[in-house]
Amino acid sequence: MTAIKINVNGKELSVEVSPDMPLLWVLRDTLSLTGTKFGCGMAQCGACTVHINGEAIRSCVTPVSSVAGKKIVTIEGLSSDHSHPLQKAWIQVNVSQCGYCQSGQIMQAAALLRQKPKPTDSDIDTAMRGNICRCGTYQRIRQAIKQAAEVKQ
Amino acid sequence: MNRVEVINRRAFLGSMFSASALVLVARVLPVEAMVSGDVDKAAWHPSVYLGVETDGTVIIMAHRSEMGTGIRSVLPTIAAEELDADWKRVKVEQAIGDAKYGSQNTDGSCSIRDFYDAMREAGASARLMLERAAAAKWGVPVSECKAQNHQVVHKSSKRQLGYGELAAPAAQQPAPKREELSFKSSAEYRYIGKDMPIVDREDLCSGKGIFGIDAQIEGMVYAAIERSPVLGGKLKSFDDQEARKVPGVERTVVIEGFKPPHGFKPLGGVAVIASNTWAAMQGRERLKVEWEPGANASYDSTSYKQQLIETVRKPQRAVRNVGDVDAEFAKGGKTHEAEYYVPHLAHAPMEPPAAVAHVRDGKALIYAATQNPQAVQDTVAAALGIDKKNVECHVTLLGGGFGRKSKPDYVAEAALLSKSVGKPVKVTWTREDDIRFDYYHTVSAMYMKAALDEKGRPTAWLQRCAFPSMMTTFNAATASASGGELGMGWTNVPFDIPNQRAENGPAQHHVRIGWLRSVANIQHAFAIHSFVDELAHLAKRDRVEYLLDLVGQPRKVDVAARGRLAEKYPLETGRLRNVIEMAAAASGWAKRKPAKGRALGVAAHYSFLTYVATVVEVEVDATGKIRIPRVDVALDAGRVINPDRVKAQFEGAAVFGASLALMGEITAAGGEIEQSNFHDYRVARINEAPIETRVHIVQSDAPPAGVGEPGVPPIPPAICNAIFAATGKRIRELPLRKHKLV
Repeated sequence: MTAIKINVNGKELSVEVSPDMPLLWVLRDTLSLTGTKFGCGMAQCGACTVHINGEAIRSCVTPVSSVAGKKIVTIEGLSSDHSHPLQKAWIQVNVSQCGYCQSGQIMQAAALLRQKPKPTDSDIDTAMRGNICRCGTYQRIRQAIKQAAEVKQ
Repeated sequence: MNRVEVINRRAFLGSMFSASALVLVARVLPVEAMVSGDVDKAAWHPSVYLGVETDGTVIIMAHRSEMGTGIRSVLPTIAAEELDADWKRVKVEQAIGDAKYGSQNTDGSCSIRDFYDAMREAGASARLMLERAAAAKWGVPVSECKAQNHQVVHKSSKRQLGYGELAAPAAQQPAPKREELSFKSSAEYRYIGKDMPIVDREDLCSGKGIFGIDAQIEGMVYAAIERSPVLGGKLKSFDDQEARKVPGVERTVVIEGFKPPHGFKPLGGVAVIASNTWAAMQGRERLKVEWEPGANASYDSTSYKQQLIETVRKPQRAVRNVGDVDAEFAKGGKTHEAEYYVPHLAHAPMEPPAAVAHVRDGKALIYAATQNPQAVQDTVAAALGIDKKNVECHVTLLGGGFGRKSKPDYVAEAALLSKSVGKPVKVTWTREDDIRFDYYHTVSAMYMKAALDEKGRPTAWLQRCAFPSMMTTFNAATASASGGELGMGWTNVPFDIPNQRAENGPAQHHVRIGWLRSVANIQHAFAIHSFVDELAHLAKRDRVEYLLDLVGQPRKVDVAARGRLAEKYPLETGRLRNVIEMAAAASGWAKRKPAKGRALGVAAHYSFLTYVATVVEVEVDATGKIRIPRVDVALDAGRVINPDRVKAQFEGAAVFGASLALMGEITAAGGEIEQSNFHDYRVARINEAPIETRVHIVQSDAPPAGVGEPGVPPIPPAICNAIFAATGKRIRELPLRKHKLV
């Protein structure tokens, strides 16, 4: 094991872990940032979505060594007080049921809005179809993304 | 009978409340006692706790598990309503597992149904005691004192005292008798019937909610477990040399296999213990394990399906008999018959099973995502050979449950491993574990036959099903469905047909069978409501009109003895008719005639005491791709506490039902499950799920019924009925993914 330098939510950190360890487990087990969730371990469900230099990636298949020196943002870093327009919309629309997938959904949606501030239904389908919600909150996720997009204008 | 008693002993409640708090313990009858009708002999089970602190904080215990229904918020609002508490000053605390709460088994869509009255009584009792305390303090009649919005007011003198100031004197008041309590009228409700936000709303969109997989205990190690790919397989040998070379891996531990019945016992296997989850998983992959697979290695889904179909082609045990079906068929008139098949399904909650346990000094401390913390106590106690009183189970948020997390095998694994290594242990199932070692929804075949009159209406109706029972969990020799399973939409079909017989044939289990959201209603509703649609088509009649004709005039249906539940919740066809008419009207059924590639489908199903009718709009494009633009659901669940959360349940149920109809299938070969993760056990994604589900709730003062599950059963048949109307293809076997529609 060697020390790997990573920048998480604006903080420079040094972690002593196996370089092939997925970022997900570094966040959860080493740094106790448990807002990022494990769902499948093979980039099939999106529960582990975080931002690397502003892009949404699946942290369950991203070796920590590959993100050394890059800016990592997790749900905990999106805002400190759930004040991001998407979080506000999520709250207003009462999107969450169990809530487990919603960190990943919000991080994916945040990356979408950065690229496409006014996404169409088809943009939302394309961006969000990698994120599974077993409770079935998709219709409210769509509504909340559109609502946040309105606010951001 | 007094249903509330005052508890002033702090020790009874642990540290949750301060010593001077007014604490109420409401008591309700367990449902089993209600069903058996043996009220007088039934034990009184305490279930609901409510306390007022001297600073005015009202603490309400959430004793049911939160897995997305909002129950941990919604039940407390009922108590807060009758207490007339200021919701901002209410603190909801999650209860640990303890029999004193009554049943904590959060399944069967019964949390509101079973605890609505208890919560109201807890709130109303506290309110009256606060009013009495204020009256005594002011020396005025209690009738002049009124509790409102967290204070008691004496109108004429305009004096007022806060709930906090009154907590200590109120605790000295005798508990009111049930007949002394008064309840608000619906017009006075501030919370009931309103869209109250859930208490976890902010936490759930900021990563702050703590699920079972997130729980931590100081000094904790992590485990990944390799299990027999065939149910009941025995460990022959294993080599952990390579596993132990993985940095972070500490050791391996063998978990003994179970003796049948499997119950909630661990499956057995080889655990890799490591300093983090990833190392444990990597170590596990490097284990070399040999299994003796045993008798269940014969299980093969293709041949088993054929076996089930052959079973339902032959006469079987009658489980409901009305009139004389055989005599009617013997007349030799027109008949129609069809066979249906629904494969195994997996729960696949987004959070896989996970738990943390710390076993020391003969005691177990547990943090788990569980639907049933008392089953955790029983299961862990049995596994460790300790008293269940020594198992303290803290319930975290659940990342989905759907019935999977009622079965705490994964918690017992954590406890056994902790005992073995002498440290706290977190067990995390991988998605592959979750898909391969589930308690699956059963696999089923159904045979339907009807004799038809000149209007195409059935004069005789025969239905036969066969599927391995979930009761094999508790008795390995079980070879036919239980009354509980058959009561889910099979022996209580509410059609007005003079001759009806329901039958059930034998079936053996080769994997663990469990209850999954809406349970046996899934296959029963699929067969029955697909068949109704077939008959309507044969009769060349409008499918909604035909369905209403089968349901018949408003009446109470005499179904299998349901004890006292039947008195409070009779099966009323008028309410079923009403939701069918509502859903049809809301969907524009009358004006929207089927076109090539686009049509509506209807199904209506009564389950968990709730009446649900669903109209689904389906589009099938030139490549056979299915799109579901809209679902209209009408439901009558009696009194609704939180309409927004009820809507959310039915929106979610539409997606859950669409998942199983479109793509859900678990198969076995050589006794091993062939699927492993979301790429081959597919669930609906945002681009595949129904796009818009509109939920229409009947306003009702009837006793509250279930909402978590009853939205699911009508979805698959309604989708398939719409596909038939749009394409002419009748689907009798799920999932749809296996069929070419064009």
